[in-house]
Amino acid sequence: MKKLSLFALLVLVVRRDLVLAMRRRADVLTTLFFFVMVVSLFPLGVGPEMDMLRKMAPGVLWVAALLASMLSLGRLFSADYLDGTLEQMLLAPQSLSVLVLGKMASHWMVSGLPLVLMTPVLGLQFDMTVEGIGVLMLGLLLGTPILSMVGAIGAALTLGLRGGGVLLSLLVLPLCIPVLIFGTGAVQAVTSGLNVSAHLSLMGALLVLALAFTPWVTAQALRISME
Amino acid sequence: MSLDIWMRENPLTYVWIGSYGVAFLIFAIEIAMVMHKRKITLQQVRLMREAEESEGI
Amino acid sequence: MAINWFKYSAPTTFYGLAGKLIPWFAISSVILCAIALYIGFAVAPMDATQGQFYRIIFIHVPTSIISMFLYLVMAGYAALGLIFNTRLSSMMASAVAPTGALFAFISLWTGALWGKPMWGAWWVWDARLTSELILLFLYLGFIALHASIDDPRRADRAAALLAIVGSVNVPIIYFSVKWWNTLHQGSTIKYSGTSMHIAMQQAMFTMLVACWLYAIAVTLMRVRSIILERERHTKWIAQLAEVK
Repeated sequence: MKKLSLFALLVLVVRRDLVLAMRRRADVLTTLFFFVMVVSLFPLGVGPEMDMLRKMAPGVLWVAALLASMLSLGRLFSADYLDGTLEQMLLAPQSLSVLVLGKMASHWMVSGLPLVLMTPVLGLQFDMTVEGIGVLMLGLLLGTPILSMVGAIGAALTLGLRGGGVLLSLLVLPLCIPVLIFGTGAVQAVTSGLNVSAHLSLMGALLVLALAFTPWVTAQALRISME
Repeated sequence: MSLDIWMRENPLTYVWIGSYGVAFLIFAIEIAMVMHKRKITLQQVRLMREAEESEGI
Repeated sequence: MAINWFKYSAPTTFYGLAGKLIPWFAISSVILCAIALYIGFAVAPMDATQGQFYRIIFIHVPTSIISMFLYLVMAGYAALGLIFNTRLSSMMASAVAPTGALFAFISLWTGALWGKPMWGAWWVWDARLTSELILLFLYLGFIALHASIDDPRRADRAAALLAIVGSVNVPIIYFSVKWWNTLHQGSTIKYSGTSMHIAMQQAMFTMLVACWLYAIAVTLMRVRSIILERERHTKWIAQLAEVK
């Protein structure tokens, strides 16, 4: 067997997970559909006044994105756990952190990226300005990978437990609060004519922190869960 | 609204029952739970030992 | 003086030591609490602006401090258990968690009761209140994760990892909430910055020590049950007087 470089390994894992996701397209579409539906339900709940909706839009979209990504996190490791692939991954000579990073990346491409691409349509529903939508998309682009990465820790810790899905949300949602605050803060800053770079650069800093630590922590969590 | 008025007329009762009363009640419940847990655990351990002894004979 | 401290890090010796210490912690906690209540209600004068209501802070501030401190204690024990694989540390971590959650709850409850006459609302989205609420969520997450894993060893290790991740996150959460709060509220709510009367400080400090001793006593009681439960198959448990 020829030795893989770390990057090649990463690409391999990402490609494998994407192929698997494409074979089960329904799962991907369910998450996206959930996101669209939650966002569309809000105006029905609070009333159609455009001023209020415009104010609420970033918060609603962010909370819906948070919930949608929780929904799909349960599947991050469970299929591999059930068919024994995960055990092989733990035994593999390659770095488990890199394997985990690959799985996080593909999870984001399948469940985070579609939400970002869907955002402009939903933003128009709430009568957001073009700049507002742009900043919202940029924030989601930086923030949804953090949700996938922090969520992966929770997914690894709750692997194979009864009622894992609800427990996962209970563990992960409090940890995601800073992302929510900076994401919605950026949009509110741009609509009130302030500079958005502070919010977005803090979000970027969180992303770098998450990139540096979460793969390793998740790998440790997987080792604990698979003992 | 009536609670608002009552509160201003009896501030010390409000403070005593509302915060100290509830806090001490919670402490009391916690102590009772911990003691109960100890009783149950001791019972379990005793039962297990009895079962082991009767098996041994 | 060469005391072998590690002797007490074994559950066997710690069980007996904890049993001997609990009454002392409990009694001194009750005495200090009585003193604090006496100073707080009889000695400390009425506050000029807040009237009698300010007397809630004698329980509110100590419980808030203890709830935050207990999280660090819990994460510290959990980390020790995870890194050095010591049984007692993990047991202590899971014994601290319920007490910490209750202290966080009391802190929120008394905070709400204080807020109503002061600010006119039971709840305001103040940075401190919001952080305390999130702290309660973190405690509940730890307890829920520990409770839903059957294998105690895996439960200890998984919950420990969660506690460590949580404690790294706490400062990030606190500062982001604080920032969010200053962005949103034009009129920020300030705790009245008047200089505190010396009797008020005494009452608060005495109550803090009383709460601390109470937390230690309850945690030790709980950890004794946990030790009994986990070590029930060992010989030393069989020889204990209370088991026979």
